[in-house]
Amino acid sequence: MFRIQKAARVAENIFEIWVRAPHVARNAKAGQFVVIRVDERGERIPLTISAVEQDSVRLIFQVVGKTTEQLSRLVEGDEIRDVAGPLGRPSAIERYGTVAVVGGGVGVAGAPMIAKAAMEAGNHVIGIIGARSRGFLILRNEMEGCCHELHVATDDGSYGAHGFVTDILKGELNRREIDCIWAIGPTIMMKAVASLTRPYGVRTFVSLNPIMVDGTGMCGSCRVTVGGETRFACVDGPEFDAHRVDFDELMTRLRTYHREEKEALLLFRECAAREGGR
Amino acid sequence: MRDRPVEERIKDFDEVDRGLSLEEAMAEAERCLQCKKPMCVSGCPIGIDIPEFVRAVAEGEIDEAARIIEAANMLPAICGRVCPQEVQCEGECVLGRKEAPLAIGQLERFVADEMRRKARPVPKCKPPTGKSVAVIGSGPAGIVAASELARAGHHVTIFESLHEPGGVLMYGIPSFRLPKEIVREEVSRVLALGVDLRLNHLAGRSVTLEELRQFDAVFIATGAGLPRFLGIDGENLCGVYSANEFLTRVNLMHADRFPEYDTPVKRGARVAVIGGGNVAMDAARVSIRLGSKVYLIYRRREEDLPARKAEIERAREEGVEFITCANPVRIIGDEWVNGIECVRMEMCELDKSGRPVPRTIEGSRFMLDVDAVIVAIGQGPNPLFAGMIPDLRRGKEGTIEVDGDGQSSVPKFFAAGDITTGAATVILAMGAAKKAAASLDRMLSGDEATA
Ligand SMILES: Cc1cc2nc3c(=O)[nH]c(=O)nc-3n(C[C@H](O)[C@H](O)[C@H](O)COP(=O)(O)OP(=O)(O)OC[C@H]3O[C@@H](n4cnc5c(N)ncnc54)[C@H](O)[C@@H]3O)c2cc1C
Ligand SMILES: Cc1cc2nc3c(=O)[nH]c(=O)nc-3n(C[C@H](O)[C@H](O)[C@H](O)COP(=O)(O)OP(=O)(O)OC[C@H]3O[C@@H](n4cnc5c(N)ncnc54)[C@H](O)[C@@H]3O)c2cc1C
Ligand code: SF4
Ligand code: SF4
Ligand code: FES
Repeated sequence: MFRIQKAARVAENIFEIWVRAPHVARNAKAGQFVVIRVDERGERIPLTISAVEQDSVRLIFQVVGKTTEQLSRLVEGDEIRDVAGPLGRPSAIERYGTVAVVGGGVGVAGAPMIAKAAMEAGNHVIGIIGARSRGFLILRNEMEGCCHELHVATDDGSYGAHGFVTDILKGELNRREIDCIWAIGPTIMMKAVASLTRPYGVRTFVSLNPIMVDGTGMCGSCRVTVGGETRFACVDGPEFDAHRVDFDELMTRLRTYHREEKEALLLFRECAAREGGR
Repeated sequence: MRDRPVEERIKDFDEVDRGLSLEEAMAEAERCLQCKKPMCVSGCPIGIDIPEFVRAVAEGEIDEAARIIEAANMLPAICGRVCPQEVQCEGECVLGRKEAPLAIGQLERFVADEMRRKARPVPKCKPPTGKSVAVIGSGPAGIVAASELARAGHHVTIFESLHEPGGVLMYGIPSFRLPKEIVREEVSRVLALGVDLRLNHLAGRSVTLEELRQFDAVFIATGAGLPRFLGIDGENLCGVYSANEFLTRVNLMHADRFPEYDTPVKRGARVAVIGGGNVAMDAARVSIRLGSKVYLIYRRREEDLPARKAEIERAREEGVEFITCANPVRIIGDEWVNGIECVRMEMCELDKSGRPVPRTIEGSRFMLDVDAVIVAIGQGPNPLFAGMIPDLRRGKEGTIEVDGDGQSSVPKFFAAGDITTGAATVILAMGAAKKAAASLDRMLSGDEATA
């Protein structure tokens, strides 16, 4: 069992938990994730490792279905059944020169560790984060601390620049030399970043989020097509060369269980209501 | 028939084969000729003294029979159920020349199940040697190695990446062939020896190679869990599964009981399972239990199906439709699968292994309407951890190369099971693990002697 050390709501529909998991915390690096299972009947779901402190890791998640809703109800002192990790390859941090770390929505969760590692490797780090609107924005202050410069955009202009992170990135690409880009966020955003940076020929990594089961390379659920080849995101990724990823296929595969997911969430809410909350 | 009736069993995941009663077991055991040169023993990869234990059963001495079996086989309740007996012990039994061979697997299972009902003493361990061994993976190879090494007095830590131990026994083989409480019992018996089990630990990530080098030896039993795909069009449509994914969702995550359990699985109305081995049979029979109409598509002839005979028969009884001499060429659909296109195959001259080589018949394309496809064409060795070890010699498929004693090309790193052979069988994994554990023990004791 893994103890929740801290739990908080951090934005509209977005929560963070700190979980005590020494085996993960010990070796976790930027770009990696965990697979967790809340209880005996739980689904295994992947979440990015967002920060590490001593024995604990921070997970930040958006409530989209049954498991994330269940997680959002946890409080300090609660326990979850399983935390496996760290999984996936760490980000390919090198001294590139100038690096942009682009985060969108809940994907910003993974940005600080990448930015920090890039900075420590001697890069000039530009942070670009965005959200639908002010209430959905996360980790602004933290990103400020781990980037040399930070740009913020909201779709509705309620905070920072009015527009998408890609608009800001485009401005920066036109203004100066950027040597490497990380994009982490909704698939559609990562696809947009990939199309944007392709003509500039800038090396771009995206952190893919296909549906996973084991997270260890055993099931193939997370397969994605990269450069025409089948790769398993949980062990070969989750970061891949953005310009070679088949995003449309990924988006289709992410819809596989839409009906079942809705069913599970409704049922959970019904039961929770009957039991009077938690 | 010992099998539960078809109409009943396809509605649940309980064991199909009910096993023998004491009377039936004793009567079956009576048939054994007690051969002077028992061929059956030469067919058993771990050389159980079959005539001896069978004689004990015939005399009703079940404890004695158990003692004889357990001298060679630590997991008889499992092997009795899943060994491909027809090509091993029973395949060699002389009775088989005229009538049915002796039901050795059934008898072994019977004895093991009788013993399971009793309070079995935990085997004694030798005094602690002060040496530590890391075992990577908790499938049959890992369990057996851990048990042998713990009994030899070493301190064993098992690292397992999943949230439950047992490997394929847990996530792959369905409970209607191998009830999960049997696997749990066997694992807990090993843990009772003082073995440390670390679940949710992926070797190479949660515990690094450098950390593992702190152990006096490392035993790699990571199995062949890497699913192969066909490489045809449409394979990444929604509703196309590897058998591993499909079986894991149901066996390990209980998707058959969604939404009581959180993990979903597609219950196809019409499902195509591609392949002809045990894995394909399991996927097909699980699909039947989820209420699907199931086609099993296999490129060779029926008599070439590599699965255990009994399971092929049961799959057929349960309504799986076999389409042999056929090969899929394309999976069709928009987002979701809605069909699969196949070609007919003809069998040509024999290959080196004596099997005919399948060849496509021109102009023989045909379509099947299906809304789910399960690809069960084999698994490769798990590349992740093996691929991280510098200087580790590996075979062309990515297996770890070992000598006859399970020693790899890297000192103090041993390996056994599917990671060394590619996908094989439980009994081979166990047998190799036992042998490798013995040589690892000799190495550690040798250290002692020279120290
Ligand atoms: C490597 C990786 C890292 C991730 N990191 C984060 C993170 O830091 N924060 C965060 O909020 N989300 C993250 N996700 C997505 C997160 O795993 C899903 O939101 C979560 O599984 C949804 O579970 P649920 O039961 O609440 O919703 P469900 O009802 O299961 O699904 C709702 C939505 O989530 C998608 N989804 C369902 N299951 C999975 C799955 N196993 N993997 C991925 N997507 C799935 C579905 O397509 C659907 O759109 C990550 C995904 C991956 C692959
Ligand atoms: C569906 C199916 C049906 C089968 N039916 C039969 C049958 O009827 N009869 C028969 O004899 N054989 C059968 N087999 C084959 C048999 O199960 C295998 O040969 C046997 O399980 C191999 O044992 P193993 O210990 O080598 O590996 P596995 O059982 O594969 O166990 C390997 C374990 O290692 C873990 N692991 C892998 N990498 C890591 C890592 N880096 N860190 C930590 N842990 C790791 C895995 O999670 C797994 O638990 C079947 C296989 C399948 C898939
Ligand atoms: S272990 Fe397998 S091969 Fe050996 S006697 Fe038992 S069933 Fe037969
Ligand atoms: S070969 Fe058959 S009959 Fe002979 S000892 Fe073995 S089981 Fe008995
Ligand atoms: S999640 Fe199973 S192989 Fe990646």
